[in-house]
Amino acid sequence: MPGAETSALELPDYVRRLPSGLYRSLSPLTKLTIAAAEAVVAFGVRGWTGPLVVLACVLASAAVASVLRRIVPFALAALPLVASILLVNTFLYPNAHDEIGRFGPLAPTWTGATAALQATLRVVSFGLSAAVFALTTPTNDLLVDLERRGLGRRGSYVVGSALEAVPRTVGRAREVAEAQRARGLDTQGSIRRRIGGILPVVGPVVFGALSEVEQRTMALEARGFTAPGPRTQLRALPDSRLQKLSRWTLLGLSLAAAAISVTGAVTVP
Amino acid sequence: MIGATYRYSRTGRPVLRDVDLTIEPGRVLGVAGANDAGKTTLCLVASGMAPAVVGGRLEGSVSIDGVDAAGLAPYELAQRCGLLLQNASTQLTHTTATVFEEVAFGPCNLGLAAGEVVERVWWALRAVGIEGLAPRDPAKLSGGQGQLVALAAVLALRPKYLILDEPTTELDPAGTALVADALVRTARETGAGILLVEHKTEVLARIADQMVLLDGGSVVLAGPTADVLSDPRLPDLGVEPPVRVRLERDLRAASIELSPALREALA
Repeated sequence: MPGAETSALELPDYVRRLPSGLYRSLSPLTKLTIAAAEAVVAFGVRGWTGPLVVLACVLASAAVASVLRRIVPFALAALPLVASILLVNTFLYPNAHDEIGRFGPLAPTWTGATAALQATLRVVSFGLSAAVFALTTPTNDLLVDLERRGLGRRGSYVVGSALEAVPRTVGRAREVAEAQRARGLDTQGSIRRRIGGILPVVGPVVFGALSEVEQRTMALEARGFTAPGPRTQLRALPDSRLQKLSRWTLLGLSLAAAAISVTGAVTVP
Repeated sequence: MIGATYRYSRTGRPVLRDVDLTIEPGRVLGVAGANDAGKTTLCLVASGMAPAVVGGRLEGSVSIDGVDAAGLAPYELAQRCGLLLQNASTQLTHTTATVFEEVAFGPCNLGLAAGEVVERVWWALRAVGIEGLAPRDPAKLSGGQGQLVALAAVLALRPKYLILDEPTTELDPAGTALVADALVRTARETGAGILLVEHKTEVLARIADQMVLLDGGSVVLAGPTADVLSDPRLPDLGVEPPVRVRLERDLRAASIELSPALREALA
């Protein structure tokens, strides 16, 4: 019987779920701080330095956490955005006159191309930073950690259920679409037909979600959700004084770097 | 419940009228009725959720183990009287990684010591017979399994009474049988008094000790389950009798008597 391998009062291993590995075993808040600092540096430090430093850190973290291959799809997912950034900036950068060439009314410029590449680097490095965080930090771990640090049970539940709501809503939309198709709704074919098929799906999905709100509220009350006092935390998540100091240092350094760059006190490539 | 009359907020019409009801520990009280008879409202009032959470106006009294429900906060009500609603999906938090943690959600909310939380979780899982589901992801369970997990999650608060509003509505026959068996086991092993609202009279025939029939918010029939389900007024009150009762009635109308052996087999 499950649980027989542990004493009656011991937490089963599948609940304890202690993360392993140098990066994964960092506290969720530490990993969140790393991601936040990377975002500040990627977008706050001008030129090539900021995004290149962030990209190097992200790739190093991904290698240590053994998720290098798994972040590739996230990079590929950014391609459409990257393409639009490259096109818009290269061809339409304001007040740029150093033309690369001319294609009818369109003239790509070196200034625009440089800005495009830097913007691309910022977006990709930020996106991969978020991907490394998401791949190495289970949502539940993050919520447990934030709740332990004072987010509160309501805040923790709202964040957690919002994150879980996306796949559930997608699943419900799929069910509604299938039901509507069984009633003759045409959701395939021309763009016009597909657009026309959206409203009969959106309505039931939205109203269904709203009608569930009262039931969920009662279900939460039936589980003592509004009981006073702190919630019991079953899982102990790793943390240390060194990590705490590192978090404050990292945040401080990243904000300082951005401030220095923005004010032009120090010029970096 | 004594003389319970209930109106939802901003409505004048009472949904429950002068209802008297008692749930005995270790026994299952079945409730049936047509749509809009007030069954769900009965569940909410009996558990104290109405008016504590839902609002509205209650006349008469609802007491749980001698304590007036009106004076209790929702988390105190939850520890005395567990409530399980129809849709299993809305009963689960969808924020936990395992069934174990899902069932632990309630005791953790109460701030109990970790050791006691663990002990209660195993006790609830055993009472419902789903220890094997403990490591599973709640999002990947079948409807019947999800409803059983929701039942265990409510039981983990150790209520003396359980109110269940059509827990098998969205379940197939296999899921229905799972839940029905779990309820019988729960009443036997925990001594909890159960109020079970059901459309499926087969389930009530199988597990309810006593029954009441609601119509227009009032109790119109009450008594032992076999007597209530055999009452000829059932179809007029919007409740379909179990197959056995309908078969016996049709055979009697055709002047065909059932042998004792056949009667026993149908039972």
